Amino acid sequence: MSGYKPIAALVAVACAVLAQPARAEDDAAALRAELDSLKSDYDARVAALEARIAALESAPVAVPVAEAMSAAPAASSASAFNPAISLVLAGSYADTSRDPEDWRIAGFLPNGGEIGPGERSFSLGESELTLAASVDPYFTAQLTAAITGEDEIEVEEAFFRTLALPAGLTAKGGRFFSGFGYLNEVHAHAWDFADQPLVYQALFGNQRSQDGVQLKWLAPTDLFIELGAETGNGDAFPGTRESGNGLDGTTLFAHVGGDLGDTANWRVGGSWIDLDAEGREYEDADIAGNPVLNAFTGSSRTWVADAVFKWAPDGNFARRHLKLQGEYMERRESGELAFDLENAALVDSYRSTQSGWYLQGVYQFTPRWRAGLRYDALDSGNPAIGLVTSGSLAAGDFPALLAGDPSRTTAMVDWNPSEFSRWRLQYSWDEARDDGDTDRQLVLQYLFGIGAHGAHKY
Amino acid sequence: MKNFTCGTVALLILAFAPPSQAAVRVLATTADWGALTRELGGDRVDVYTATTAMQDVHRVEAKPSLVARARTADLLVANGAELEAGWLPVLLQESGNARIQRGAPGFFEAASAVRLVEVPAKLDRSMGDIHPFGNPHFHLDPRNVAAVAKSLAARLVAVDPAGADYYAARSADFDRRWSEAMTRWQAKAASLRDVPVVVMHRDQTYLLRWLGLKELAAIEPKPGVPPSAGYLGELVTRLAATPPRMILLNAYNDPKAANWLSNRVHAPAVVLPYSVGGSAAAKDLFGLFDDTLARLAGAAQ
Repeated sequence: MSGYKPIAALVAVACAVLAQPARAEDDAAALRAELDSLKSDYDARVAALEARIAALESAPVAVPVAEAMSAAPAASSASAFNPAISLVLAGSYADTSRDPEDWRIAGFLPNGGEIGPGERSFSLGESELTLAASVDPYFTAQLTAAITGEDEIEVEEAFFRTLALPAGLTAKGGRFFSGFGYLNEVHAHAWDFADQPLVYQALFGNQRSQDGVQLKWLAPTDLFIELGAETGNGDAFPGTRESGNGLDGTTLFAHVGGDLGDTANWRVGGSWIDLDAEGREYEDADIAGNPVLNAFTGSSRTWVADAVFKWAPDGNFARRHLKLQGEYMERRESGELAFDLENAALVDSYRSTQSGWYLQGVYQFTPRWRAGLRYDALDSGNPAIGLVTSGSLAAGDFPALLAGDPSRTTAMVDWNPSEFSRWRLQYSWDEARDDGDTDRQLVLQYLFGIGAHGAHKY
Repeated sequence: MKNFTCGTVALLILAFAPPSQAAVRVLATTADWGALTRELGGDRVDVYTATTAMQDVHRVEAKPSLVARARTADLLVANGAELEAGWLPVLLQESGNARIQRGAPGFFEAASAVRLVEVPAKLDRSMGDIHPFGNPHFHLDPRNVAAVAKSLAARLVAVDPAGADYYAARSADFDRRWSEAMTRWQAKAASLRDVPVVVMHRDQTYLLRWLGLKELAAIEPKPGVPPSAGYLGELVTRLAATPPRMILLNAYNDPKAANWLSNRVHAPAVVLPYSVGGSAAAKDLFGLFDDTLARLAGAAQ
């Protein structure tokens, strides 16, 4: 039945058209006029569209964010949340006029740190692997592992940090470089010289990190004022891990900083590191040259003053800049010193005041070249050793504690083909042994960073 | 002694007084986004600009004064697209300020409002200091500034809802003045179409595309890589066949290489302000483009 409907309609239309022949001419004229107007209308619209296309093709046009986002390729969900990974490779070639084996810092206790000029010839340095990411809206986490040339992996830092505490507070926990002074928090690849200043080597075995917690507060002022406090397990020189429960050791620090116009900026700080040592052992030799194992038990308190000043013409650090920095540290230790733990096991009082400082300047004179100069000086002081004053033993029974004034002068030049590679030539006149014979040390070092673009600390 | 104590107390009060009168404290990473925030925010914003036009924004120190400003900021206006990758993360981390962390309403990236060009298909640092999300120097196309303005005005309202009407009015006013200015600039730019130029770094790309200038070469062989003498020699040979009409560089660039090339290829080296504050005339965003076009048109004659 339905098949007949269209036919019926056609017939009806045909009849209607045939039935009104007189009006056909009028309609044709009207249709032609309508078509003409449509045509001219479309011409205008096509021209407008063409103009828009030309405009779009000639330059990029801003688009709303949602569109731009949808245009970006979606990363696979399995890897999209991978942490930022960066790896720093370091290596050096060293030439020293004296045997590095007998290098020591006169008057300062050996502290077990990887200090000194290192080995002669070619050495693979520490490869620093860092993984970092936000955990959630409240925390970030970071791991920095050092893979040493001796095939060991050391956890340099592994910590969480808060993102959302109120009132300018930031908390950090895990293992981290302590926030005292200026250089202690700086990773090896970012040092301006191939090694740490002597005062850091002597008093902290290069850098002090511990397992613990840190709380920092930043004042809500235009002047930068930062206060920090740390506590932890107290381990790491000059402290030792105590046998009891609870927290051990306190570090307090304050930093203040600001600008001097557009071209220069500065930061100064003061820090206090209060630790306890319990049976802190070190190797020495008695007056006859027999090896002995001694130990210190008592309190170790260090205060640190640090200052940094940076300047660049127009404040444009990319082209030329100057960086001056210096730190002074003084440590007082008092308690008991045990002599020859394994045999004689004599114990009496011990008190010492030791200090040191360095001053350095680094100048970037063209975008890829920097030159630097550093002077180090230490004063071991004369420790009051109860066993010596009582006459039980001679000063010569404690050769590691014989007073000394070690010093060193270092010059360096580095070439930075890009932000990610550095070649450094460093020359030191090292008198750490304080025996009148200068150790001339030449170091050629390379540093390469691959992976995530890390941000640089001040 | 009394005077000394009074002085110390006064200093301490000055140091600790929260320095906030305006409703919204803003930390802008570049002079341009700082200027745009001032246009839109007027008296309701207190804008601190982290860098000047004379500085290379890729390489900025995360200095104490910036950490302190980040601490008290209600809104961070950044360029984004990794332009500030070398220093902004440290500011955010050290600021102890949850309001301006990534994802919070107080964290604004201008790049989120525009589509970037030169997004690298492949990421490898052998290609120089490339930006994975595309060329981040998009403020030199005024159409992008207009898009960012709309997005930023909405963000100001989100951070400071009490000023919604105020921001809407200022935003509409800015949009009107900006459209007028764009018409003016476009008319002036007609004579610049297809003029061949040599650039310093790829941070003038958006300006070139907007004006229809033709980029023959860049003085930097790869982004962030300074030219060697050998490369500059090659460039002179290459440009002999198709000489540029001018060599463009920014106020913060070292002019040495550009001037050297300028003498060899007999084309003037034109220093563009690049950012607000990059020249005496570039006092605000309008001045930036007025001066840029005046300098280009002057050199093209």
